[in-house]
This record gives sequence, structure tokens and C-alpha cells, in this order.
Amino acid sequence: MIIPMHEYPVTKRIIEIAEEYAVKNGASQVNQINLVVGDYCGYVASSIELYFEIIAEGSLCEHAKLNIERITPKLKCSACGELFVRKPFSFECPYCKGEGVPTKTGQEFYIKSIEV
Amino acid sequence: MSEKKEIDIMESVYDKNDKAASQINLSFTRNGIFAVNVMGAPGAGKTSVLIQVIRRLKNVASYVIEGDIEADFDTKLLKSMGVKAVQINTGGACHLDSPLIGKAAEELSLKNGVLFIENIGNLVCPAEFQIGEHVKMLISTVTEGSDKPYKYPLAFEKADIIILNKCDLLPYLVFNEDFFMKGVRALNKTAPVIKVSCKTEDGFEEVVEWIRNKQKLQKE
Ligand SMILES: Nc1nc2c(ncn2[C@@H]2O[C@H](COP(=O)(O)OP(=O)(O)OP(=O)(O)O)[C@@H](O)[C@H]2O)c(=O)[nH]1
Ligand SMILES: [Mg+2]
Ligand SMILES: [Zn+2]
Repeated sequence: MIIPMHEYPVTKRIIEIAEEYAVKNGASQVNQINLVVGDYCGYVASSIELYFEIIAEGSLCEHAKLNIERITPKLKCSACGELFVRKPFSFECPYCKGEGVPTKTGQEFYIKSIEV
Repeated sequence: MSEKKEIDIMESVYDKNDKAASQINLSFTRNGIFAVNVMGAPGAGKTSVLIQVIRRLKNVASYVIEGDIEADFDTKLLKSMGVKAVQINTGGACHLDSPLIGKAAEELSLKNGVLFIENIGNLVCPAEFQIGEHVKMLISTVTEGSDKPYKYPLAFEKADIIILNKCDLLPYLVFNEDFFMKGVRALNKTAPVIKVSCKTEDGFEEVVEWIRNKQKLQKE
């Protein structure tokens, strides 16, 4: 019950935003939505796609292509300052064995643009 | 027919919710309400911890908003203790959002005190959605295992206080506390980690003191 509902409200919000901007720009149809999704944002790209088709029906986004750019989370080493992708069950820097701290990279969840 | 064009948006999907959250937060502050967003996996002991904390928060008005996918056992229990509580049934959604909280808050007519918002049992999405809180309290448990910071980094990163619950069960489990703390500290340098047990009632004085201090700071 929890998993299937998860992406529904945010997908609805994505379509709302796209429609809002389309209307503002006098467009009658959205052809593509360019969405940026970090892998840590808690939303699964494939589920968003699934809901998108259902929710977009009858909206300005009905025929839109959903283009999702996924971002791999990166940590920043507190010792050497390098950005790196972490290994499972570790936050260790691969360069100097220092400790990585979270960055915003991977937490993205925004609509970059739409094509109308 | 107009020609094809690309329109820049750069709008976060959370934007609308975050704006609503700021409004709610402001109204809480104005009414002297310190709001705590309580997050944790299903059955981590969110309600049990609240009961222990509220009992010890003497001379402070406590309010509770209970988020639940269904049912309202938790709310009934709290009300039977004389706590002003209101239930939100999300009917399936996996986190609380700001509009839901706005409505529930009106029902409670909040004034001068601490509001605990028990979020839906879930370690993933509540961390993303601001709901007007001043602080986030994460309830983790020794029964979930010591690898949770590594698997759900965002919840640990965003928490202002981390409660490690069910410590009475430590003798029966393999829980690597060093591994747990190493993960927590990589993600979060400042949040206190407080070991408690709702069964033996150990550890709660420290939790209550932390809440009182934070509440005082907010008032100033
Ligand atoms: N042994 C032990 N059991 C605990 C402790 N805290 C909670 N429990 C038990 O864990 C179960 C779940 O506790 P709740 O307080 O209902 O947990 P919750 O997080 O509110 O659960 P949901 O709201 O359903 O997600 C209950 O059976 C509690 O009695 C503890 O410190 N030690
Ligand atoms: Mg509960
Ligand atoms: Zn390094």
C-alpha cells in the first residue's frame, strides 16, 4: 500500500507545474518535460513514468514525453575536498580514506524546462 | 499554430509544499508553538516515545498530530492520557504534507506549547517534506539494525535529534553501535544521539531536556 502511492502526489505536482508554465506561455500542448531527479530524493524514476501516463491523460501533458535526467549522489571528502560516489555501507573517500559528507548532488528534484 | 520552444522552469517539485511549510511554521512560532516532526520506520516506537516524553514535559501544554495511513488507535491512546490530539488519515499517502498539517493545526487551536507531529511510518519520504516543524526527531531502533544510516542517509542527515529506541533489547541482538555511530556522524555532525527504552523508561530525561532547551531558544 505504501509503495504504489509514493510517487503519485509528486507526479501530479509535476504535471501541474508543467501546465502552469504552458498556459502562462500561451501553449496548447506540452511536448516534453525535462525533469531532474537525484537518486537520493526518494523517488523512483520508473514509478514517476508509470503514474505520468495515467495522470497526464486529458491534460496539456497528455502527449508529452517525460525526459528524466538522473543524478548519482556524491559526497565531498572533508579531508581532501574531492567529490566521490560512495561505496555501499561506507562514507570513506576512495582517494585519501578521509570521511565524506553529504552534498546536494543527488537530492535534486526539479523541473528544468518544458518544450511546447 | 505557434512554433516549438523550450521554456526554462527550474522549479523544485517541493517548492509549493515548502512555501506552505514556511507559512505554517511562522504561524506556529507566532502562537508560541514549538513543532517537532517525529519520523521513523513503522513500529519504531514513535507513539511510545511521545508518550514517555509528554509525561515528562511537566508544565508544558503538549499537542499531537498523528499521521497514519489508516486507523486511529494511537490517537485514542493519547487522548486517554489527556493530550490534545488529532488524527490525520492520509488514505494511503506515505508522508504528511503541509496542507494536511495546516488543517489539523486549526482543529487543535494551538497556543503556547509543544506540538508533536507523528509522521507516517516510513524512512524515505517524510525527510523530504517540510511540514512547518522547527525540528525533526528521528526514531531509529536497535532492532532495525546498525546499517540504517547507510541505507537511509537522508533521514539521518536531516534529523536534529536521533533517538535510538528499544535499547532494552540490546542483549538479544547483534547491534554494532560503532558502525551505527560512524554512519550517523558522517551524515550529521550535530544531532545528539540518545539511547532510550520505552520499556525500562531509560534515557528520556535527556530527550526532554533537549526539547526544553530548543523550545527556549526558539522563544528568544
Ligand atoms: N521492547 C521494547 N518495545 C518497544 C519499545 N518501544 C516501543 N516498543 C514496542 O514496539 C511496538 C511499536 O510501538 P509504537 O509506539 O506503536 O510504534 P510506532 O512507531 O508509533 O508505530 P506506527 O505508528 O504503527 O508506525 C509496540 O509493540 C511497542 O510496545 C522499547 O523501547 N522496547
Ligand atoms: Mg504510532
Ligand atoms: Zn579525500
